[in-house]
Amino acid sequence: MTTTTTPVAAPATADRVAPPERAGFNIGRAFAWLFMILVILASLFPFYWMLRTALSSNNALYAGSDSLLPVQPSLGGFERVFGTQSGQEAIDAGGAGQPINFWRYLANSVVVSTLITAGQVFFSAMAAYAFARLQWKHREKVFGFFLAGLMIPTIFTLLPNFVLIKQLGLVDTLLGIALPSMLMTPFAVFFLRQFFLGISREVEEAALVEGASKVRVFFRLILPMSSAPIATLSILTYITSWNDYFWPLMVSYTDNSRVLTVALGVFKSQTPQTGPDWAGLMAATLVAALPMLLLFMIFAKRIVNSIGFSGIK
Amino acid sequence: MAGTTTARRDDTRLAILFILPALLGFLVFLVWPALRGLYLSFTKFNLLTPPEFNGLDNYIRMAQDPVFWNAMRVTIYYVVLNIGFQTVLALVIAVMMQRLTRRTWLRGIVLTPYLVSNVVAAMVFLWILDYQLGIGNKILDAIGVDKIAFLSSDTWVIPTIAFINVWRHVGYTALLIFAGLQTVPETVYEAGRIDGASEVRMFRSITVPLLRPILALVLIITVVGSFQVFDTVAITTRGGPVDSSRVLQYYIYDVAFGRFQFGYASAMSVALLIVLVIITFVQYRLTRAETSDLS
Repeated sequence: MTTTTTPVAAPATADRVAPPERAGFNIGRAFAWLFMILVILASLFPFYWMLRTALSSNNALYAGSDSLLPVQPSLGGFERVFGTQSGQEAIDAGGAGQPINFWRYLANSVVVSTLITAGQVFFSAMAAYAFARLQWKHREKVFGFFLAGLMIPTIFTLLPNFVLIKQLGLVDTLLGIALPSMLMTPFAVFFLRQFFLGISREVEEAALVEGASKVRVFFRLILPMSSAPIATLSILTYITSWNDYFWPLMVSYTDNSRVLTVALGVFKSQTPQTGPDWAGLMAATLVAALPMLLLFMIFAKRIVNSIGFSGIK
Repeated sequence: MAGTTTARRDDTRLAILFILPALLGFLVFLVWPALRGLYLSFTKFNLLTPPEFNGLDNYIRMAQDPVFWNAMRVTIYYVVLNIGFQTVLALVIAVMMQRLTRRTWLRGIVLTPYLVSNVVAAMVFLWILDYQLGIGNKILDAIGVDKIAFLSSDTWVIPTIAFINVWRHVGYTALLIFAGLQTVPETVYEAGRIDGASEVRMFRSITVPLLRPILALVLIITVVGSFQVFDTVAITTRGGPVDSSRVLQYYIYDVAFGRFQFGYASAMSVALLIVLVIITFVQYRLTRAETSDLS
């Protein structure tokens, strides 16, 4: 359906200012705010509830289940997560009595995510540069090939990749987890190529005329100029790889290569006979969620603004 | 200052160097596994001994496997609930955000659930919706409604898992749509207002049609993602009660890592892939995603 009204004279850049106030407009706005407040509550309440339960004691949870504040506040949950509570104490408090290797899992997650992010972004940038700025025969055809790869759902490659990782002897290793995504993703190549294409040629040409090699141009010019999209891509990749569960679950079976998400699942399955250790579980969940929440608070603006279809038209 | 273009060089050697790692990753971890997955679907493979070719046996078995068809049904049911609810909610949220403030903080809060893993989301709702102790049922109790066995009753389990994933993903989807809303020029709304159209009317007659390409793309992405649900099921119900939440990807995982039947699991993966391709194709056509009413 096309509108046939001729546009009223408007400034060249679409005006983003909210429309002027009118009578009756306030009700609409009030309703909108009410709705959004509900959305905000729904989004944030579970996090608060995690905290509240983590700071409670298991045996008080039933009686005090409608209290909004922690019941019988105790750090027991966190102690069980970090392994600072003795086995017997843990069992008394409703825990499973088995220590958790939290710092190990955290380290594993950091290693895996860093490997994936550093590798993926760097190698994708190199490939993107080759597609955007280097001249070579078949360039566009090969790029078309890459694009077609975007359409293969990753999930379909998981089982065969596991078989491959097993054959490489990398099962239950951090490298095994990182390897399939460490070299590139079609999205990263596409995304960076779009950006490189948009970089003005003059600066490059000037450097080339001065005798710089294209390699030098890449490292000294293009990369620094692309620090914004590269940073954004890196953050997004870090978050995605940090939160991954299915693939790391497949590849790891001991603490050697267990990452936080998988460890959380394991912790849950260690449910003691008396019933789930909710305080401990919520403490573990909170601790698992914290790194990404912190990252989010630091880079909120960048992350929020990166969501959209810019460049993918 | 020289304004000449650089001589037409051939960077082939350099290009090969620059592309090599990515190309390696692409071939070794994307293309080769895809082909291999296809091949494995025609074999019997338990990981310990080499795969033996067994023709269409896996596919025949799949066609007669009630658990497979149940998984297909359960997954489709889940996708319909999940995406239906999520898309409508995301659209409303996006429009409300558009109305109220373009500042980052509101979008940031809405996006927060997306920042944590599916595992975290599953765990917290496992607790909130616990039958005995969870605050969800406490609230139901307080308003005089019967308690609901959210994750342990076969009627409620799929809607609950759908809900958990809506909680996690609606913010992201809303932000995608919000970004799309930015492409609708204010002039169009101004014209509508001058013509005396109400907010609701403008939403229906201006916003939704102009958002069509964005909505179509969002739908395709979210539907494909939704079909692959695994994490939430693995943490909360592991397919139970009985098979009522045994979604496709979970069944595939079960068969592969629980029973070491990689050939059969691969065949089911191929089936899932075909379903995704068909759905994407149909969606693309149905919504004429490539055309835009703005131009």
